[in-house]
Amino acid sequence: MAFMTIADRAPHPRELMLLSVAGAVLFFGGWQLLAMSGAVSPQTLPSPIAVIGTAWQLAFEPFAGHTLLQHIVASLGRFAMGFGLAAAIGVPLGLAMGRFRLLDDIVSPIFEALRFIAPLAWVPFAALWFGTGIGGPVMVIFAGAFPPCLINAYRGAKLVEVRLVEAAQTLGAGGFRIMAEVLLPGALPSIVAGLRVSAGLAWQSLVGAELIVASAGIGYVMVQAQSNLAPAIVMAGMLSVGVIGLAIDVALRRAERLVKSRWGQA
Amino acid sequence: MHGLPQAEPTNATIRPGAAARRSPGWRISRRVRIGLASLIGTFALWWLLTDITGVIGPHRFPAPAEFWAAFVQIAIDGYAGGTLITQAWYSTRLVIMGFLVAIATGVPLGLLMGVSHRAEALLNPAFLLVRPIPPLAWIPLAIVWLGLGDAAKILVIWFAAFVPSVINTWTGVRGVDRTLIAAARVHGAGELRLLWEVIIPGSLPMMFTGLRLSLQASWTTLVAAELVGAFFGLGRVLDAAYRDINPPMIAVAMLAVGVLGALTTRLVAVAERRLIPWRS
Repeated sequence: MAFMTIADRAPHPRELMLLSVAGAVLFFGGWQLLAMSGAVSPQTLPSPIAVIGTAWQLAFEPFAGHTLLQHIVASLGRFAMGFGLAAAIGVPLGLAMGRFRLLDDIVSPIFEALRFIAPLAWVPFAALWFGTGIGGPVMVIFAGAFPPCLINAYRGAKLVEVRLVEAAQTLGAGGFRIMAEVLLPGALPSIVAGLRVSAGLAWQSLVGAELIVASAGIGYVMVQAQSNLAPAIVMAGMLSVGVIGLAIDVALRRAERLVKSRWGQA
Repeated sequence: MHGLPQAEPTNATIRPGAAARRSPGWRISRRVRIGLASLIGTFALWWLLTDITGVIGPHRFPAPAEFWAAFVQIAIDGYAGGTLITQAWYSTRLVIMGFLVAIATGVPLGLLMGVSHRAEALLNPAFLLVRPIPPLAWIPLAIVWLGLGDAAKILVIWFAAFVPSVINTWTGVRGVDRTLIAAARVHGAGELRLLWEVIIPGSLPMMFTGLRLSLQASWTTLVAAELVGAFFGLGRVLDAAYRDINPPMIAVAMLAVGVLGALTTRLVAVAERRLIPWRS
């Protein structure tokens, strides 16, 4: 078992680079060959080149009512609304729960009871209450994004030293000022970490909500392509979902690092 | 006998926690009392807004009595092709199958990528491509490939649970204390013994974190997949209730999804405590 080298030094970086390239070539080459060989019909597995070509084509030709870019903009708009709403309610509520025990004792049991309901299970009520246009999907995104916002703000507030809060109180700061000027900066690293988790969940919930009820957006493109039996378009949709999700994650990771270096204690 | 002042050691009156711990079981803590009051208050508010004042109409959210009637209906007569137990078991079975397939493939792959830098380098490109695609985005492709039956659901759950189990196992292996590995080596442990007795136990806590994440992802994904299209299951019940505009049944199905999610998460926690007794 000579390939197990865990405790030893990593192999030469150049060797690892070559292996990575080989891995990528094997993966994409194998996929391309499999698709070209005719063993699997393009109705089942389109080649990677066909998928990228389809994505490029969709960027200019409308499918399911709009071009791919317009669908992406529609999805991003809903994402921003749902995520923004979750952060705007979850973070202050979490901080307040960390500060006031009574609020914590009141809200926690309700929150715990609702937390285990999968965000997507809210879809029927969301559609019933807010329609299938913008409101319904936004509510589903909210359901997905809310818990990490609240939990991390709460944990962050609990981590702030009691001495600091008491010092601010002694110096005459009111409840709101303590929250805004002591708890918020102290909890910021934890909050930003929560926002990153929450953005990932929000993006997933968005795709799910659009698969089930929507009239535009990437999820809608994918579900339309599914009923047209067009796997190339489905995969082009998956590709854009993956790329945008990755971009959101990278942006928030950067924000997290910035905040940690500025306000983080550890 | 409560209310009578009792002779307590002085230190107990200084530390209120100690007094509470010593008190008999029926004297419940402040936290539990307020929590119960909060839940009862929510229930009362629900009743008030639906049944009493009618602020929230029956086409938006069910009143408690309607909810109960829907529960009795699905529990006894069934709804959307089966009783609550049948539908719940159908969904749970799919989650368990997909989850087991994901563990059986994800954990060994994570171990391999953690143990060998070469394997990591070779597999990482494909993994990096798959990783950012949310599991829910696989649903349409799974339906194109396998239709609306069980196979498509299992495939989607596999995708959902596979990525977290690989990543966490991999991270767990990389986090094993190097000194322990070196010590085992010095004492003459072979590669296989090293893997079985040092690396796997050392990465178990991270593995279980991955399993818990996987399980949550599995439930979410299954519900979504069943909402998109299915013949049975709780998601199918949700979808049918939505199409029939039957809010009480929607609420019952949501509650069932929540209870099952909580129960299976608890099951993983129990397994974790059994397998890793040293991590408290």
